Amino acid sequence: MLYREAGQFKTNYASDHAVFPILQDRIGIFVILFIAFVVIPRTGNDFILNAVMIPFLIFALASIGLNLLTGYTGQLSLGTGAFMGVGAYACYKLTTIFPDVNIIIWIIVSGFFSAATGVVFGLPAVRIKGFYLAIATLAAQFFLEWCFTRIPWIYNYNVSAAIEVPQRELLGIIITGPRATAETRYYIVLALVVAMTWMASNIVHGRIGRTWMAVRDMDIAAELMGIRLLPTKLLAFAVSSFYCGVSGAMMVFLWYGGAESTVFNINQSFTILFMIIIGGLGSLLGSFLGAALIYILPIILRFVPPQFGLPVHAATVEHITFMVVGALIVLFLIAEPAGLARLWQIAKQKLRVWPFPY
Amino acid sequence: MGPLYQIFIDPFVQMGTAPDLFVQTLWEGMVGGMLYALIALGFVLIFKASGVFNFAQGIMVVFAALTLVGLYNIGVPAFLALGLTIAVMFGLAFAVERVVLRPLVNQPDIILFMATFGLTYFLIGAGEFVFGGDPKVMITEQLYLPKGAVTYKILGGIISVQKLDVAAAVIASVMVAGLAVFFSKTRIGRALRAVADSHAAALSVGISLEQIWVIVWFAAGLVALVTGIFWGARSDVSFALDVIALKALPVLILGGLTSIPGAIVGGLIIGIGEKMWEFYWGPLIGGGTDAWFAYVIALVFLLFKPQGLFGEKIIERV
Repeated sequence: MLYREAGQFKTNYASDHAVFPILQDRIGIFVILFIAFVVIPRTGNDFILNAVMIPFLIFALASIGLNLLTGYTGQLSLGTGAFMGVGAYACYKLTTIFPDVNIIIWIIVSGFFSAATGVVFGLPAVRIKGFYLAIATLAAQFFLEWCFTRIPWIYNYNVSAAIEVPQRELLGIIITGPRATAETRYYIVLALVVAMTWMASNIVHGRIGRTWMAVRDMDIAAELMGIRLLPTKLLAFAVSSFYCGVSGAMMVFLWYGGAESTVFNINQSFTILFMIIIGGLGSLLGSFLGAALIYILPIILRFVPPQFGLPVHAATVEHITFMVVGALIVLFLIAEPAGLARLWQIAKQKLRVWPFPY
Repeated sequence: MGPLYQIFIDPFVQMGTAPDLFVQTLWEGMVGGMLYALIALGFVLIFKASGVFNFAQGIMVVFAALTLVGLYNIGVPAFLALGLTIAVMFGLAFAVERVVLRPLVNQPDIILFMATFGLTYFLIGAGEFVFGGDPKVMITEQLYLPKGAVTYKILGGIISVQKLDVAAAVIASVMVAGLAVFFSKTRIGRALRAVADSHAAALSVGISLEQIWVIVWFAAGLVALVTGIFWGARSDVSFALDVIALKALPVLILGGLTSIPGAIVGGLIIGIGEKMWEFYWGPLIGGGTDAWFAYVIALVFLLFKPQGLFGEKIIERV
């Protein structure tokens, strides 16, 4: 009864094409934004902000990035981790070379470096697709990871071969480095993620998104309809890598505070891929849901059993997480290939007609 | 000495002046390549019969080795452990067919490919959960595998050859020959080839796809076990090996996805190429280059010859 759209008429094309055509959805998104911007920072402690919300938002952004490429354009990529790394290291170099420029600008600009890298490694997509392309992106993963460890210029010749985030300020408030508060960092991450999600939503609902989906559904047919495959696929690689790069830069600058190349290894790529498989391929909402499930699952496994007097080892938690995630992947591919986002759609449909069956 | 000299001439001068080192590197590369080839072989078996690009093959290698060592460590005699591991691999093949392949039949290839990612993670988690995540030592002596090295004095230097590597080469060759005979002479082998040629035609003459899938996954599991034993003997058994296991993917690209000789030749090319590259050219750009060499070679192949050396040309129809 709550979710009724009776009486909501669409009187023009704009309202028909709206991203949230139903009033309840619009209210819902404002409630979520209100909770994210006001309630969580007010009520949450440092643990909630630092260990749950910030990483969740960063992973969600990376998932959106990969989803644009894999879910919307149908090009499977296993190089997400490396593209995130390019963003992180580019941001680090930029801020050490030009320390006076605002760090938030560099976080965004570093996305462009990642995008350029993505285009270079996306070139094979012209000729190949499917798992052939996945292997080609593995080349990006391993080559870039090698660059992060073996080219000392990238990490400023640090002895530890790791990067350490310098302290940067915005309007007198410390926003990066060890002295920045969790709340400040949370606000920056949240603002960037919301803005970029809004951008992504506009991209996928517009002409570009439609060409991507046409290429995904059948590239030959798309080509016959006049979509040029090469620019379309490369644009998808560029935008996707841009998102991944920004999230990588945020990961190091606003969450970890320092990183080694191993942060951006192949497992990171898989984690992001699993987020979008479970969340829903080709769905922005799915990127958030998947990121939440995959990231928060280990936290739950770690903190809930002790509440019931069952002590678990950190290693055991990790092993169980692997098993559960692996099983979930297979389960979702079999039962609901469109992921959690589709489950939400079904739930919404049920809510609409409730209490009647149809 | 200019950089051009260092890149194009110096490595070859080194090869000429120290032929013993050259032969040693070649041998090391061959042994490494053989292991890549064995993993790739498992891939090819499954891909031909079920069209599934089994990403988990590399992990199955580690899983098999871990099961063997884990069983031995809890007190099972070595050969009984070997038998039990074979049983576990059969159980795995059966479970995969039931739980993963059968519900996903007729789905797009890429969905099945991603399902094997899930399988990979499940196997990693299950293996570590049951047997612990710490690196383990492979039981080579208990399985009567030779140990130690033989050194030869030739070409003005000393070349040392691990006996284990020779044994691995022999057993691998026997296994490949056995598979070849199995495929060409037996009834099941013929059925396997029929399924590889056309699923629909095979079904229509009464071949059970489900049975065939269990058999090929089991065969791939056996290949994985043999690979795992020799691999584990060269370094400790742990899932840290999975990064190396991924190297079988470029091998497949090189050899072609559907060709067993391709897997072997591709494996040897990648193995030898990467050792040579790392030994002679790697130091020029900082070392550790064997992490990506194989993938870059695969990338080049994908751009110019996507079907690989021996693969069937992919013809796309609308």
